[in-house]
Amino acid sequence: MALKMVKGSIDRIFDKNLQDLVRGVRSHREDEAKYISSCIDEIKQELKQDNIAVKANAVCKLTYLQMLGYDISWAAFNIVEVMSSSKFTYKRIGYLAASQCFHDGTDVIMLTTNQIRKDLSSPNQYDTGVALTGLSCFVTPDLARDLANDIMTLMSHTKPYIRKKAVLIMYKVFLKYPESLRPAFPRLKEKLDDPDPGVQSAAVNVICELARRNPRNYLSLAPLFFKLMTSSTNNWVLIKIIKLFGALTPLEPRLGKKLIEPLTNLIHSTSAMSLLYECVNTVIADCCVCVKTDTCPRPPQLCVQKLRILIEDSDQNLKYLGLLAMSKILKTHPKSVQSHKDLVLQCLDDKDESIRLRALDLLYGMVSKKNLMEIVKKLMVHVDKAEGTTYRDELLTKIIDICSQSNYQYITNFEWYISILVELTRLEGTRHGHLIASQMLDVAVRVKAIRGFAVVQMATLLDNTTLLAGSGQHKSICEVLYAAAWICGEFSEHLEDPVHTLEAMLRPKVATLPGHIQAIYIQNAAKLFAAVLNGQQGTPDCQTMQESSQLLIDRLPLFVQSADLEVQERASCILQLVKFIQKLQHKEVEVGEEVTALFAGELNPVAPKAQKKVPVPDGLDLDAWINEPPSESESEDEKPVAVFAEEELRHARPHHTEVDEKELARRREARKQEQANNPFYIKASPTSQKDSTGVEHIPVVQIDLSVPLKVPGMSTSDKYLKLEEERRQRERKERGKKEKKKKKKREKRSGMGRRHDSGPESEEDIAPAHMVDIVTEEMPENALSSDDDEKDPNDPYRALDVDLDKPLADSEKLPVRAHRPTNILKSPADDGEVQEVPKEPKKKSKKEKRDKEEERKVRLLWLRCPNGEIQCTCTKSSKHKKKKQKKDKEKEEKKRKKQHGHSGDREGEESVQNGTLEEEPLPVCDIQGNLQNGSQVVVSIIFENKSTSFLKSMEFNVLDSLNSKLQRPEGSGPHDGLTVPFQLPPGVSNEARFIFSVQSIVMPQRLKGTLTFIVKADDSSTHEKLDFKLHFTCSSYLITTPCYSDTFAKLLESADLKGTSVRLQEVSLPFHHLLAKICFHHHFSVVERIDSCASLYSRSIQGHHVCLLVKYAHQTVTIDAKCDESSLLGNVLEEIKKTFSQS
Amino acid sequence: MIKAILIFNNHGKPRLIRFYQYFAEDMQQQIIRETFHLVSKRDDNVCNFLEGGSLIGGSDYKLIYRHYATLYFVFCVDSSESELGILDLIQVFVETLDKCFENVCELDLIFHMDKVHYILQEVVMGGMVLETNMNEIVAQVELQNRMEKSEFVFISRM
Repeated sequence: MALKMVKGSIDRIFDKNLQDLVRGVRSHREDEAKYISSCIDEIKQELKQDNIAVKANAVCKLTYLQMLGYDISWAAFNIVEVMSSSKFTYKRIGYLAASQCFHDGTDVIMLTTNQIRKDLSSPNQYDTGVALTGLSCFVTPDLARDLANDIMTLMSHTKPYIRKKAVLIMYKVFLKYPESLRPAFPRLKEKLDDPDPGVQSAAVNVICELARRNPRNYLSLAPLFFKLMTSSTNNWVLIKIIKLFGALTPLEPRLGKKLIEPLTNLIHSTSAMSLLYECVNTVIADCCVCVKTDTCPRPPQLCVQKLRILIEDSDQNLKYLGLLAMSKILKTHPKSVQSHKDLVLQCLDDKDESIRLRALDLLYGMVSKKNLMEIVKKLMVHVDKAEGTTYRDELLTKIIDICSQSNYQYITNFEWYISILVELTRLEGTRHGHLIASQMLDVAVRVKAIRGFAVVQMATLLDNTTLLAGSGQHKSICEVLYAAAWICGEFSEHLEDPVHTLEAMLRPKVATLPGHIQAIYIQNAAKLFAAVLNGQQGTPDCQTMQESSQLLIDRLPLFVQSADLEVQERASCILQLVKFIQKLQHKEVEVGEEVTALFAGELNPVAPKAQKKVPVPDGLDLDAWINEPPSESESEDEKPVAVFAEEELRHARPHHTEVDEKELARRREARKQEQANNPFYIKASPTSQKDSTGVEHIPVVQIDLSVPLKVPGMSTSDKYLKLEEERRQRERKERGKKEKKKKKKREKRSGMGRRHDSGPESEEDIAPAHMVDIVTEEMPENALSSDDDEKDPNDPYRALDVDLDKPLADSEKLPVRAHRPTNILKSPADDGEVQEVPKEPKKKSKKEKRDKEEERKVRLLWLRCPNGEIQCTCTKSSKHKKKKQKKDKEKEEKKRKKQHGHSGDREGEESVQNGTLEEEPLPVCDIQGNLQNGSQVVVSIIFENKSTSFLKSMEFNVLDSLNSKLQRPEGSGPHDGLTVPFQLPPGVSNEARFIFSVQSIVMPQRLKGTLTFIVKADDSSTHEKLDFKLHFTCSSYLITTPCYSDTFAKLLESADLKGTSVRLQEVSLPFHHLLAKICFHHHFSVVERIDSCASLYSRSIQGHHVCLLVKYAHQTVTIDAKCDESSLLGNVLEEIKKTFSQS
Repeated sequence: MIKAILIFNNHGKPRLIRFYQYFAEDMQQQIIRETFHLVSKRDDNVCNFLEGGSLIGGSDYKLIYRHYATLYFVFCVDSSESELGILDLIQVFVETLDKCFENVCELDLIFHMDKVHYILQEVVMGGMVLETNMNEIVAQVELQNRMEKSEFVFISRM
């Protein structure tokens, strides 16, 4: 009942809560998008209200919309507002929304640091818990650094609920801020012994995650974990530990032996299948390791038997896991798995795709020369059945993987393999056309003996272009034509009817293929043409030659008009060539040889790593500059033009003058040398091994090549399977008959130098149908043999690879950060010249502190009055350009004061000056109103680099308030920072200006901002940031405007102005100083002065008049003021008061 | 580590999504669609593990899911998690929901997405398993709900 009442009152407060929104979305199925956009408009209105309950409700609804796929990052600031509510209910909503949509790129995250720190130290454990949960989802490197110490403290919190969360989140902190790992690790280790099982489990969890990435560093913890394993009863913890041991045993074989016993105990005692499975898994890992070191206590056969039982289980999950574990054994004990081939093949027929995929993985390791064809045949059947699924694509890649593994080790008959590939091209809608194509190319190039067969097959494929290009939306399969065209062209000597193929390659339909394939078609048509010419050489009948030239001349113009540049270029080039040849033909000149010479030489495959393996010659430093780069700085005074030009000349001179004959000869020699060493330079005599394996040595299998590809029923590869079986039988018989001959044959075989390793012993006697020479990929001479290029430098876990056993050094402490220096501006007792935003952690060893300071010591300098406020001046001395360096500043001030002092005498002159002021931009410093625009303020900031490092990529950003906004260039987002248009070498300062638009000027305000920049040291660069505050005083909105005494009098008489007064005690300044001070700091001009009485005037950027009457007597100053905006006046007077109370 | 937790119904409508790695909203929706596509075409009597969700990624990751009446609970995890362990965890999570909502059904999840999130937060935190003991989870959730209620009473009296 009470709850209902509560609910009712809540409903009244909110226009629409989450439930209403959900209901609304459900009832607007037809126009959901429209309904939601209207809801978002409502939410925007709600977010504008001050009531935090309304805001929280709106944010809650946004979280729901985020789930539906709507971007809610625009409300990030409101989410932060809700997060900082003091009510748990709202805080929780805020943190939930933040955890759903904040990420590293969310800029308001930097505003949350203090709020999160406050929540972490909240007396209410659920405030802390909610903050930890939220933080775990959006922790950034900055947050991690700033909060690491707070979280570490929480690891020893009295409440286990907080402890376990704090322990768990440390992993995220480590990832984002790796420096924290070593200082925090001892305490993390302590938590393994925590009395609360939840905390213990969390600690195990974190350490296991860490150890998984860098197991070596955690070997020393093995005894501790061993103890835990035997004592813990929490299955979840046990699973984690056992998994951890699985990662550790490969590094320490002795551990494996020790583990076997407790693991087998667990296997027998536990009833939890999950634990049992992990135990078996780790035992397998142990055995695998043991075998490597030949100390295995028992054969892995036992494990395999266990797994077989799992696989045969009716529970699909166990079947899956059994296969998964089996594949682990496969890596080290392929033979013991091979005996279960029947089981694996059976799993291929399973209705469950996951299980089929696992079985496929296993197959990869199970093939041998003996069973390859059989297995692939089975897979082909599956391919036919699995039409239109991703599983089919998976099958296709697996077939190719299996066949091509270890350099085609298991393929005994390449004709069979080519026909398999050709069959695969008939699959519609496959994504792997490219893969098939590259296989075709690879086989045709590297297996010389197969070229003849391959070419004939490819020619047939080309003939079927229309079929290929027409079928399916997936264009991928036509990649095969790329390979086909290239093979036919390159090995055209094997073609039976080159003229026919040439015709096929130039059909108009070809123009519908993708550009790169067309280009290959044209290039290879030219090769074919050369082959035709060459073939007809010497025959009296030159009709074929003329026909084919005519064919090219007729067909090529179509391609000359192609939209693809490559096609166009090649086509027009070849067209001209053919026209020229035709001319020669008419003169009956023999051109065949010349044309063939265009395509002479053999192309060999180059290993993918060849480029990397080219050794760097002695004395060549690839990192050294050839020409020193010009200084990166953009400011002119740092880049003297003279030096740059001089350098240019020095380099340029030898280029033009001293190239004499000798030099030329030397260079030519060097170039030849270079070409000889260049693996990519195609030489006249290829270095590849030319085997003399003649075609006559190959036991030729009888094949009817005219079999069309699309015969219904029996597919071509099946035929090979049968043939192969017959052949093997025949061979077996022959072997029995003539042993002597076989011996001879073997000798011969070894003499021919087969390159690939023969399979296992038992397969030795299966002779391949083709004596193949698999051409290896070319490598540069004296290639480096190192294989250390596999490590990924961007691996985020690499940073966590640190030695954890080394004792902590003094410097290794987590940064303890002071609160942001909000008090700097509040207690303006400091000298006010330089504002440095201190950011240094307090507790630090001296040495590190110094280091850090050096890094961070970028100071934001701005000119400030002695009272500590950011000063706003509107100088009338617009003529001189000022340098706002620190040392110049005092002089500058004096100058101005002087001028103000005299201003009373020069009213007329000044007003004229003022007129010109409005047109030309003022030389501004600090915060200053913009005369041209009543709502703009210009802020000038001097950046001085006090460190010894180079600073670059500075970005200035201010968090806009409702009232004041940083003006950003068009197109950038509302939270984007502005790039500071210069870089700072050490010790240099420079000034940048930023424009703010201001709506209301009656109140002073402070804006928070950050400056981010990159500190570039010799060997490293770090990204740093400085927080600062900008203080917009009301005085900064005033513009010194002169006023005539009669106008002033009229103003005072008018009823619009409201008056107020202020009394200042104990002012010991002479009266003219006092006036100068008011004029200087608060932008007034003196209208009239009579003895110790003066009237002053100023105007705000929005046109408010401010009139002062200052009286001075007995060290007391009375200021009577009038203004048409009372709050503005009040604030200005407050500021004047401050100015004098400090002096 | 758990990379993502998705709950959607038999028609692929998301009921709760929780990514522990950042993806933009459109990418998230694409992942949900793809995952639904993969999971929904599987029979109920096949295994609960699935590989090859291309979007969320990498060979190290797999989907572990359970299907309850109208809802799919899908966890995307890497190889450091035990497959059967995660299956148990899903069961724990669902039983917790059942306790907290008293005979949970899809409608509870539809209208109280926030509450489901709060419960999940007590089970998994930042992609790591926080608590597997159901009584502990329920106790913490209830304590927090009580706190919320006391605040609401306070607010409504104002």
